[in-house]
Amino acid sequence: MERELTPDKQKLEKMLMNEKPTNVMKLKVKQNMIGWGFVLPAALLIFTFYFYPIFRAFILSFQTGVGANIRFAGLANYKRIFLDPLFKTSLSNVFIYLVLQVPMMLFLALILASLVNDEKLRGRGLFRTALFLPCATSLVSYAIIFRSLFALDGFVNALLMNLSIISRPINWIGHPWTARILIVIALTWRWTGYNMIFYLAGLQNINFSIYEAAKIDGANAFSSFFRITIPLLKPIILLTTIMSTNGTLQIFDETMNLTNGGPANSTLSISQYIYKLSFVYSPRFGYAAAISFVVFIIVAILAFIQLKVGDER
Amino acid sequence: MIKRKLITLVKYSVLSVAAFLSVFPLLWMLISATNKSVDVIAGSLLPGAHLVENFRTLVERTDIFSALWNSLRNASVATIASLIVCSIAGYGFEIYHDRGKDFLMSVLLLSVMVPFAAIMIPLFMMFGKANLLNTTAGFVLPTISTAFLIFLFRQSTRTFPQEVIESARLEGLGELGIFFRMYVPIMRSTYAAAAVITFMNAWNSYLWPVIIMQKAESKTMPLLISDLIAGYVTDYGMVMLAVTISILPTILLFLILQKNFAEGITASIK
Repeated sequence: MERELTPDKQKLEKMLMNEKPTNVMKLKVKQNMIGWGFVLPAALLIFTFYFYPIFRAFILSFQTGVGANIRFAGLANYKRIFLDPLFKTSLSNVFIYLVLQVPMMLFLALILASLVNDEKLRGRGLFRTALFLPCATSLVSYAIIFRSLFALDGFVNALLMNLSIISRPINWIGHPWTARILIVIALTWRWTGYNMIFYLAGLQNINFSIYEAAKIDGANAFSSFFRITIPLLKPIILLTTIMSTNGTLQIFDETMNLTNGGPANSTLSISQYIYKLSFVYSPRFGYAAAISFVVFIIVAILAFIQLKVGDER
Repeated sequence: MIKRKLITLVKYSVLSVAAFLSVFPLLWMLISATNKSVDVIAGSLLPGAHLVENFRTLVERTDIFSALWNSLRNASVATIASLIVCSIAGYGFEIYHDRGKDFLMSVLLLSVMVPFAAIMIPLFMMFGKANLLNTTAGFVLPTISTAFLIFLFRQSTRTFPQEVIESARLEGLGELGIFFRMYVPIMRSTYAAAAVITFMNAWNSYLWPVIIMQKAESKTMPLLISDLIAGYVTDYGMVMLAVTISILPTILLFLILQKNFAEGITASIK
């Protein structure tokens, strides 16, 4: 591509012409080296704190014992995973969260984002701020707020009883399914606004005139939403799906502070189980590492599937 | 006409309900911080007169000031270190890009797929060996460099005018000088966006500190709050005050820098 040279560029070009070619080469090499110097610290940190540990986890997963008594155990840890009821429980728990929560939240976020995106909407800024606010709260804090709201004699039960929706208070964190639903409600509260931010950014790239044209052609709000908004936002929907899936599989703070994994491990997540295996029960680093590695594989496979499905449609 | 009005009505109702539900738990938290534990559990919606009392209990029973200081120190160090390391890398990946660096960048992006649960045990062992448990360095090190931030800075460097670099070189400014004196000031808003996100993440981080901050005096706010509800008798008024104190800084940051916050979250998808 021909581009007109700016005066500065001309000067530089002249300077470079007068210099010996070897010096130009040297300058290029020098800049290239400086470039490596700029990226290297960050790269080394990522290698040290992400790639090396995942490699270590892999090695560790073939070992058993603690401290000085570590020995090679072959596939024993992996074989044990398949027989471990608690692993199955924690895995099915996070999949329950995933299936119940992620589609509902993303759909809600899409609807809210397209409502707020309307330029003629009054109080638009206020709605946005209110809807985004939950994602500025820490996971531990909101888990505790929800715990008190949904306490046995807490606000939500009192409200539901006053409205005659229920006759007796629900022991939310005392039963497996109500506890899981509570986690789903809490997650939806915290993350819907976060995903909205992505959709709004995507919606800004869609020209408003497309909607106007659709309206003239007789499309109503529903068909515009399903025929224009969703198809055009597909890449971003894919991105948020992958992020939410990834996040849900790794859920820890909420199950730890809202339900503490209970009752009877019915809300226990995989991360929490790994944590307990390593730091709460008598430490079994080798076995915990094997589970960690399985989680890593599951996350990678799910992301791969979602990318494939997203590509084909 | 009537149909149109009905649609508008539905629209505003849906948004109002959603907005109310988003804000209500936080309002509830503020109100509860002023109430007695019994009233909190009974679901009182009226502000009480127990704020000072709750604060006194909190100061007596916990090391709230030391936890606040730990959180502030750790999050600030994490933010500053992250911004320097990741922005210079993002800049380097874009400005001096060649095959090798492009390849390295795509390798680094793979780290996003590594779940923290999968690496926490080896990390804990590494930090134990290096004697970094209970330290700020231990808190900060694993999160200084993230593919997300590097990518964010690389993407926004694309908007940085190449001419600035060329003329600065003619003026005799070194490559590092160009970065610090030209790039950093011009990219202020990207830095603001990155800073909000990084600070919030560090301030709120829980799983890693839970593992390495084992001494009482090195606990951060999320750990302190989490410990408060673990006891047998929970003073909910006091807990809600502690939660309020831990949430306020990030909420304020969010309200002041809302635009940067949204930009920071989405900058990497542009």
